[in-house]
Amino acid sequence: MKRFLIHITTTIGLLALASTAAFSDGAATLRQGEPIASEPQAPKITKVENNDVKRVRNYPEQPPTIPHKTRDYEISLNANKCMSCHARTRTGESQAPMVSVTHYMDRDNQVLATVSPRRYFCNQCHVTQVTAPPLVENEFTDVENIIKGE
Amino acid sequence: MKLSRRDYIKANAVAVAAGVAGMTAPSAASNLLTESSKTALTWSKAPCRFCGTGCSVMVGTKEGKVVATHGDVKAEVNRGLNCVKGYFLSKIMYGKDRLKTPLLRMKDGKYHKEGEFTPVSWDVAFDTMADKFKSAIKAKGPTSVGMFGSGQWTVWEGYAASKLMKAGFASNNIDPNARHCMASAVGGFMRTFGIDEPMGCYDDIEATDTFVLWGSNMAEMHPILWTRVTDRRLSAPDTTKVAVLSTYEHRCYDLADIPMIFTPQTDLAILNFIANYIIQNDKVNQNFVSKHVNFRRGNDDIGYGLRPEHELQKKAKNADKAGGSSEMSFEEFKTFVADYTVEKVSKLSGVSEKHLVELAELYADPDRKVVSFWTMGVNQHTRGVWCNNLIYNIHLLVGKISTPGNSPFSLTGQPSACGTAREVGTFSHRLPADMVVKNPKHRAIAEKIWKIPAGVIPPKPGFHAVLQNRMLKDGKLNAYWVMCNNNMQAAPNLNEEGYPGYRNPENFIVVSDPYPTVTAEAADLILPTAMWVEKEGAYGNAERRTQFWHQLVEAPGEARSDLWQLMEFSKRFTTDEVWPADVLKENPEYKGKTLYDVLYKNGSVDKYPLEQTHKDYSNQESSDFGFYVQKGLFEEYAAFGRGHAHDLAPFDTYHKERGLRWPVVDGKETKWRFKEGSDPYAKPGSDYDFYGKPDGRAIIFALPYEPAAESPDEEYDLWLSTGRVLEHWHSGSMTQRVPELYKAFPDAVVFMHPDDAGKRGLRRGQEVKIISRRGEMVTRVETRGRNKPPKGLVFVPWFDASQLINKVTLDATDPLSKQTDFKKCAVKIVATGRA
Repeated sequence: MKRFLIHITTTIGLLALASTAAFSDGAATLRQGEPIASEPQAPKITKVENNDVKRVRNYPEQPPTIPHKTRDYEISLNANKCMSCHARTRTGESQAPMVSVTHYMDRDNQVLATVSPRRYFCNQCHVTQVTAPPLVENEFTDVENIIKGE
Repeated sequence: MKLSRRDYIKANAVAVAAGVAGMTAPSAASNLLTESSKTALTWSKAPCRFCGTGCSVMVGTKEGKVVATHGDVKAEVNRGLNCVKGYFLSKIMYGKDRLKTPLLRMKDGKYHKEGEFTPVSWDVAFDTMADKFKSAIKAKGPTSVGMFGSGQWTVWEGYAASKLMKAGFASNNIDPNARHCMASAVGGFMRTFGIDEPMGCYDDIEATDTFVLWGSNMAEMHPILWTRVTDRRLSAPDTTKVAVLSTYEHRCYDLADIPMIFTPQTDLAILNFIANYIIQNDKVNQNFVSKHVNFRRGNDDIGYGLRPEHELQKKAKNADKAGGSSEMSFEEFKTFVADYTVEKVSKLSGVSEKHLVELAELYADPDRKVVSFWTMGVNQHTRGVWCNNLIYNIHLLVGKISTPGNSPFSLTGQPSACGTAREVGTFSHRLPADMVVKNPKHRAIAEKIWKIPAGVIPPKPGFHAVLQNRMLKDGKLNAYWVMCNNNMQAAPNLNEEGYPGYRNPENFIVVSDPYPTVTAEAADLILPTAMWVEKEGAYGNAERRTQFWHQLVEAPGEARSDLWQLMEFSKRFTTDEVWPADVLKENPEYKGKTLYDVLYKNGSVDKYPLEQTHKDYSNQESSDFGFYVQKGLFEEYAAFGRGHAHDLAPFDTYHKERGLRWPVVDGKETKWRFKEGSDPYAKPGSDYDFYGKPDGRAIIFALPYEPAAESPDEEYDLWLSTGRVLEHWHSGSMTQRVPELYKAFPDAVVFMHPDDAGKRGLRRGQEVKIISRRGEMVTRVETRGRNKPPKGLVFVPWFDASQLINKVTLDATDPLSKQTDFKKCAVKIVATGRA
């Protein structure tokens, strides 16, 4: 089974694992213990979170992840569906967050009348999130916790 | 639970009030810290760890940890932008399963091939490893040891590794994973121009009015270059055009004016049709062609780089002289391509005649500038070198090259495929600065700069990537070190070659990696490795830009950089144990010295004292070895290219600049090579000077369409193409450990046409087996989303360690470049019968 948090990095963890099961087969964390030569069952295609609740960013300049479905959203030569809610002029009606002011700037940091074409394809930075828990825990520390000594 | 804004404010009112009221309250009671000593972050530049675009990022650190990253506004490449992977660089080093100690397979307190991974000290690790390398060399000679490196190695890591193998172990069995990604590009450059790497640069994007994508999915694989293309296309909608060719529809088609889907392998025919169209419509730039181009006919029927006993190899008439060619005239070339008519090529490729003509016209029209982009679609191809040659053909016929906006542009996949793999020459046949081991003059130059006796570097090329796995399986390569890559997951035909090779009882496999990857699992010894800004580094991107960074944080536990590992390991060998006896007999002053002494303590690598390292940054390797290791290695390496059209600036310059594009002559970088006025090496009066060739002329090659190594048939009825997705880098060993990237694209799927699914009674989300003649993989069907294959073709990304698609792929390679074709093999798909 995928989708388990695992903690095998510390020496203690390794020893514990090594002394119980065959740690050698299944050492690759991302395979969740499935030896290389065998084929695990494929995890089900997971649903995208669709609750419109903003997520805390890891740091201010992180592009916010998308808290809603984007299936069939067209972003092409002809249209940009995201901008129909997130463009400056549409946010009154939509109550969606306005795209950041940086998105109105060209390569030389001059602000344009509308969103810069270099930011046109929203999906290069902004991604939806499925509901599955991560495969491996990440120990990145929020800077505010560091300065508070937590 | 969801709080409304009012509830939230009420709940926090107490805390805020305490903060506001408390002039005398301790600062910790405030809800906002403002004291600058606490809030200030240290910002330093570093190139991105991922693709070959070479974006510069600003890395924020606090108390020894990376806490934030963002696009570097001062960097010409990306001007403040990053893609989603780049924005999450800050998390790649912090996966909880970082390796912190060497791990050796042991049973009863001793190394055992079938033992279990057990933590050991670096001394035990290196002693065991040295013992295995020494006994292999003693028993079977230097061809029994080898190394598989990386286009993600820093420049000095690749250089130190190349020296250790070629000058230390006297073995050419070193190859980078760049063999899987850029070897055909190198082959194309060397064959057409006699010198590697693009003539143009990214400035071409803003200068051109036409983009043609040959199989490249830049929107996902080179996202920041795609933002520049998009910027150009959408800013000037009336004059610019984008043409996209691929074997399936992907995100680049969202910007395409001319969208084309072609049958796999028929790109060769389409390219020849364009050449034919240009000639038939009298659009050849006669002035350019008569002065700067020669024509040659390349050998055809060259085989598929399979094992020699394979039927297809035995049948090929030129399998043993694949690189051969003979002179021909323009008239003969004209006759050769005349066969590629629009009717015939449209039928073969499935692209409409209308689109083919529109595409050809983009190149033929003298009033248009044109940039062609390509990466893996062209390079991972059993005719990859040919495909590169054919793209140059059409640019050369119309003279659209080496000037702003006219640019055949081979993009790179890895951050230092150019800087390390290609420029340093970590391939089994190469030396630095485009030199090769089989040329005695080149070996002599290398031996002189390396200060080693003549005769140490062997003249015969070593085992290339795919051959290394075959030789491991056959028991001819016995002590093997894999660094900075995940080749068990990445290499083709895992079931028949890679896995049996690594687990062959005759072999000892060492894998250096920050994380326990699939490759690490298949190893006998795992070495915990420092990554990215845990070490001082240098990368070279796809536009010849060399970029440096400082060590910004410490690596966890006992993890050490590849560079430290290579140099430290070299201390365990003396020249007597590894160099040819006759060489030592003639040069007795080298007898009894360690490889560390002769390779790194040689008067040039150790020339710069520790005091020259930057006072604000740590430098683990230099502190440990007692001299400025990176500077010494870089300056010794730079001696190969200075004065030979590969000039690099002085070491210290790169720590100040946002990279410079070589050749850097008199402090100035070069944007367009081979053009008089912009390239200092182009001879005065030449106008264009393709100086990689003795007569200054580039070559147009006559090369035919030939079928793929394996095509769908009645039983295996679908084409399989593999590749990447935007959110994951290569095998996912870094990006799958970033929760946001994992959740954006958690598991591999098989993208297929809804009709192909329906025909097999399959629906979206159903579990299926993808089966080839070599193996099978379990996945789920995806009939919508970003990739839309045509009927008859499926696409599977390879980032997922739980879904190893290389159990299915074929290890057919380009006979010229030895690069695998990961884009074409035949498979069938059946339901597993489970939910």
